[in-house]
Amino acid sequence: MLDTGKWLACYLTTGKHMSFYASFGTVLLLLAITAPTALAFGFGGATAARSGFAPLRWLGKIYIAGVRGIPDIAFFLFFVIALDQGFEWMRHQWMCPDWDQPIRQGNDFVVCAQAKLPLGTAPQWIHEVYGFATAILTFAIVFGAFSANVLFGAMRAVPRAQIETAEAYGMSARQSFWRIIVPQMWVYALPGLSNLWMVLIKATPLLFLLGVEDIVYWARELGGTKQARFTDYPHGDWRLWYFLGLLVFYLAFTKFSEVILERIMKRLTFGQATSGGHAEAPA
Amino acid sequence: MSCWDTVQAYAFRSLGYGERLLPRDDFTLCQQFTLIGSGMIWNIYFGIIALVFGFAFATLLALGKSSRRALIRKPVEWFILLFRGSPLFIQFFLAYLIFLRLKQAGLVPEAMTSAWAGALVVLFLNTAAYSAEIFYGALRSIPRGDIEAADAYGLSGWSRFRRVIWPTMLRLGWPGYTNEAIFLFHATTLVFFTGFPALQQRGDALYYASYFADKTFNPFIPYPILAGYFIVLTLCVIGVFGLVNARLNRHLPQDKRQKIRFKPQIIR
Repeated sequence: MLDTGKWLACYLTTGKHMSFYASFGTVLLLLAITAPTALAFGFGGATAARSGFAPLRWLGKIYIAGVRGIPDIAFFLFFVIALDQGFEWMRHQWMCPDWDQPIRQGNDFVVCAQAKLPLGTAPQWIHEVYGFATAILTFAIVFGAFSANVLFGAMRAVPRAQIETAEAYGMSARQSFWRIIVPQMWVYALPGLSNLWMVLIKATPLLFLLGVEDIVYWARELGGTKQARFTDYPHGDWRLWYFLGLLVFYLAFTKFSEVILERIMKRLTFGQATSGGHAEAPA
Repeated sequence: MSCWDTVQAYAFRSLGYGERLLPRDDFTLCQQFTLIGSGMIWNIYFGIIALVFGFAFATLLALGKSSRRALIRKPVEWFILLFRGSPLFIQFFLAYLIFLRLKQAGLVPEAMTSAWAGALVVLFLNTAAYSAEIFYGALRSIPRGDIEAADAYGLSGWSRFRRVIWPTMLRLGWPGYTNEAIFLFHATTLVFFTGFPALQQRGDALYYASYFADKTFNPFIPYPILAGYFIVLTLCVIGVFGLVNARLNRHLPQDKRQKIRFKPQIIR
C-alpha cells in the first residue's frame, strides 16, 4: 500500500485526470473564440437594428428581442440540434439533388450519406471538433443577441450633438457611423460588455448540456464511485470534492475578471464625462 | 384520442396526476402543448416561492452589506460573492451532492434531495444574493436629503427605516429587481438538467420540451411552444411588477417616475 500522499500524487496524474485538466483548456478556448465571435454577431445585429431598410431593421430587432424573452438554456438546447439539422439539410440539397424521399420520416431525420455531418467514416476527433464547433456557434448566436442589445444601446448613447456636428461637416451617414459613432460607443458599451463577459464565464458549464466533454462532464465522471474491480484507484462518491474544485475555479476566474475589467474601465473612462469617468473627489 | 382527452390525461402529469406513461410515438401538437404547459407549473412554483422568500432575505442582506460592523458586513459580502460569482449550474450540482451527504448523515430531511425542496433552496439563496446586490445599490443611491428630512421630522431607527429608507430603496431598485425576477423564472428551467432527478418523469417545461425534441428529433416544434409559454409568463411578470412600480412611484410627478425597462441579466 502506498501512503496517502503518494497515492494522491499517482491518482491525480492518471490519464483521465489529464483529460480533466485539459478540459479546463476547452473552457478557456471556448471563451477565447466565443467572445470575439459573439461581439461580431452583436455588432451585426445592432447595425441591422439601426438600419434604414425596414426588413433588415425588423430582423435585427427580432434577433435582439427574441433571445431575451426566452430562457437561454432553451436556446442552447434548440440551436445545437437545429444548427446540425440545418447544415445537413443544406448539404443534402447541394449534394443529393435527385433524392426523392422526404427528409423527415416520422421521428427520423434522414439525409443522404454524403450529406451527413460529420461523415460516418470520419475519425473520432472530427466528431468531437464538430460537436465543439456547433457549441461555439450556439454560444455565439445567443451571446451575439445579448451583445447586440448592449451595442445598440451604446450606439444610441453617443451624444446626438456629435452626429449633428459630423453632418454639419458634410459626412454621409456611413461616414459618421464609422468615424464618429463606432469609435465613441465603446465607452458606453463597456459596462454592459463586461457584465456580459461575467455572464459568459458563468454560462460555460452549459457546454455539458451540449454534449461536449467539458469540466462538468469530467467532474461527474471522475468523482463517481469507483470499484476496485474496474480501477487501480477505488474510492467512494467524490463528486462533491470535484464540484467544489469547479466552484473555486469559477469564483477565482470571475473575481480575476472583475479586477481586470475594473482597471480597463478606469483607463478607458479617464477624463471622460461619463459616470465612470467622474473620479471621486480625493478625500 | 381527442385533444380534450389529452389535456385531461396530461394537464397535471408534471405533478404525478393523470396518465402515467408519457406518449412514445405519434406525437401530436396537442400533447406537446399540454405536457410542456404542465411542466410550466414547476417553473411558476419555483419562481414564485423563491421570489417571495428571496425578497425578504435580500432586504436583510442588503442592510447587512451596508452595515458598518465588519462582523456583519464581511459574511454577507462573501455570501453574495459566492452566489453571484459562480454558475447556478454548478451551484445546483454542488447543493445536490451536499444534501445527499447530509441526508445520509441524517442531518436534513429526505425531501432535500428532491427538486421541489432542494432546488428551491438553491434558487432562493441565489436570487437573494442577486437581489441583495440590486437593493444594496439602491440603498446607496437614496438621496441624502431624504434621510436628512426624516431626521428633521424626528424619525429614527425602525420608523425611519420603514417609512423612508425602505420605500425609497424599493422604488430605486425596482426596475432592476423586475429584471431579476424575469431572469429567475428563466433560471428555473435549469433545475432538472442538474443533479436533481425528475422522479417518474415529472419535470418542468424544458424537461418535457427536450423530451419531445429527443424523441421526434425535431426541435422546431417543442422549443417554440416553450418559448411561447415563457413569453406569456414574462409579460405577466412585467405586468405585476409594473403595478407595484406604479404604486411605489405614486407620489412622484409623471416625468420623474422610473420606468421599468426590460433588460434581463441572462444566465447566472
